[in-house]
Amino acid sequence: MTEAEEKEFTIQNYLEFIQNKKLMGSKCKDCGTMYVPVRKLCTACNSLNMEWVPLSGKGELAAFTSITVGTPYFIELGYGRDKPYCFSIVKLKEGPMVSAQLVGVDETKPDTIKIGLPLKVKFLENELKGETKIDLGFEPA
Amino acid sequence: MGKLSKRVAIVGAGMSQFGRLYPLKRNPDLWVDAWVEAVKSVDNGIEPKDVDACYVGNYSSDLFNHQGHLGPQMANLVGLTPKPASRFEGACASSGIALRQAVIAVASGIHDVIAVAGVECMNELPTSLVTDALATASDALFEYPAGATFPGLYATVATAHFHKYGTTSEDLMRIGIKNHENGVENPFAQMQRSIAQLMQSKLKKLEQQGKELPDWKDEFDYLKSASNPMIAYPLRLFDCSLVTDGAACVFVAAEDVAKNYTDTPIWIAGMGQGSDALSVHDRDDLTGFLATREAARQAYEMSGYGPKDIQIAELHDCFTIAELVALEDLGFYEKGKAAQAVKEGETKRDGARPINTSGGLKSKGHPVGATGAAQAVEIFKQMRGRAERNRQVKFEVERALTHNLGGSGATCVVTIYEK
Repeated sequence: MTEAEEKEFTIQNYLEFIQNKKLMGSKCKDCGTMYVPVRKLCTACNSLNMEWVPLSGKGELAAFTSITVGTPYFIELGYGRDKPYCFSIVKLKEGPMVSAQLVGVDETKPDTIKIGLPLKVKFLENELKGETKIDLGFEPA
Repeated sequence: MGKLSKRVAIVGAGMSQFGRLYPLKRNPDLWVDAWVEAVKSVDNGIEPKDVDACYVGNYSSDLFNHQGHLGPQMANLVGLTPKPASRFEGACASSGIALRQAVIAVASGIHDVIAVAGVECMNELPTSLVTDALATASDALFEYPAGATFPGLYATVATAHFHKYGTTSEDLMRIGIKNHENGVENPFAQMQRSIAQLMQSKLKKLEQQGKELPDWKDEFDYLKSASNPMIAYPLRLFDCSLVTDGAACVFVAAEDVAKNYTDTPIWIAGMGQGSDALSVHDRDDLTGFLATREAARQAYEMSGYGPKDIQIAELHDCFTIAELVALEDLGFYEKGKAAQAVKEGETKRDGARPINTSGGLKSKGHPVGATGAAQAVEIFKQMRGRAERNRQVKFEVERALTHNLGGSGATCVVTIYEK
């Protein structure tokens, strides 16, 4: 068995994959429903028969916003009134949607950002208090 | 299933002043003010001995005031000790839930009269921390780390709605303008000023400072200017509801005792509560709220009424986009058609179906956990022809509705009222 196959379907393991720059989800072996972030119980068919699957990291922009009054974490990262950031909902090629920061777009001109924009995953290395944290991000494909 | 085993009425309802009141008013002060107003509204009088239990809706006194366990605290302040007293939490739908649970308890025969409280004192925290406290009503594991703020989540709904239906920022501004006009007529509202009045005072201020005067032809120009800063595109400051301290109180009574308190009770015709995934990204539809559609379906089914029967409504306009989407989710208009109806004035106080005559969350204020009960207060006044100042609608209201949404839409309570 590979390392991935042995891992429990927990939030911690999902987040650890992201720290290792891997976007992984769970797939129900009985009905095929995909879950990102990972879930242990398939709510489509009530099965516990799950497997880890890697995601292609490809998707498209489903909804977004450019935020000028941000969360404390993003303010610490240097975002604010003069430097907004994009929060986005991305529809992955495999079906599920995820929340992630959208980069590589002009956050100061949000009306130029179009829903449906093809995207690819970009793992963001954010330095905070001397430590590097990997956050899930997307950029135009 | 889906029916009350006996009829339940509202026999009294009142609210405290809403506003930025901390530290002059804290939760206990606000609640007692609301109780006193509600007692005054009971035609034949009501005393603590008549009330069997106290159901308190509150979102987060834990975060706002470092205080949990509000149920017995609030009950004691109005003389209800040692009766059952509990707190209900469902983000901004907390007191909508408390009202629904009170109606269910009264219909069950366990209690005859329940005092429903809605209480929230938000300004004990500075605004930045209020935003962060509100963010706990969204998904802390996956949305928040991606940068989601509360306005940000409603903004994603707005961009999805704009994209699919061609909705514009002006469509949202019209809702804010209307609700501020209504708030002028509500002496309990936090902001009793219209957008036009706010624009005039801004111009006056600039003139006094000797600054160059902007070329604002109307409210829309003002709302598109830097005086109305962007919070989360496309939502600007005046698309957001207010940070408010306030409380509301509603007395619900069983049909066997309701007439002891008033000859004109307002009956609960139908009620429903729905839920959805906590994370917006886990939902099938980004342009509306499943929880609203489910709550409305239950309420319409229980009442036997449909959207066309509803004459006035208080909708949960925590953001302007939320009112627009609610108009569609409740079936008042087809998807994508509400903006045009708003433009034609149908939701104004003199329109075909007035929405948020109280001023809504936008202008009356939004002490989150108190909002559901405060919506019922406005409906109780309007249906009995007793709304203050000039905001009483010009027709007899036989049927009305309230829509109380929690968080970024994962909880919703819809209530239908009849005479």
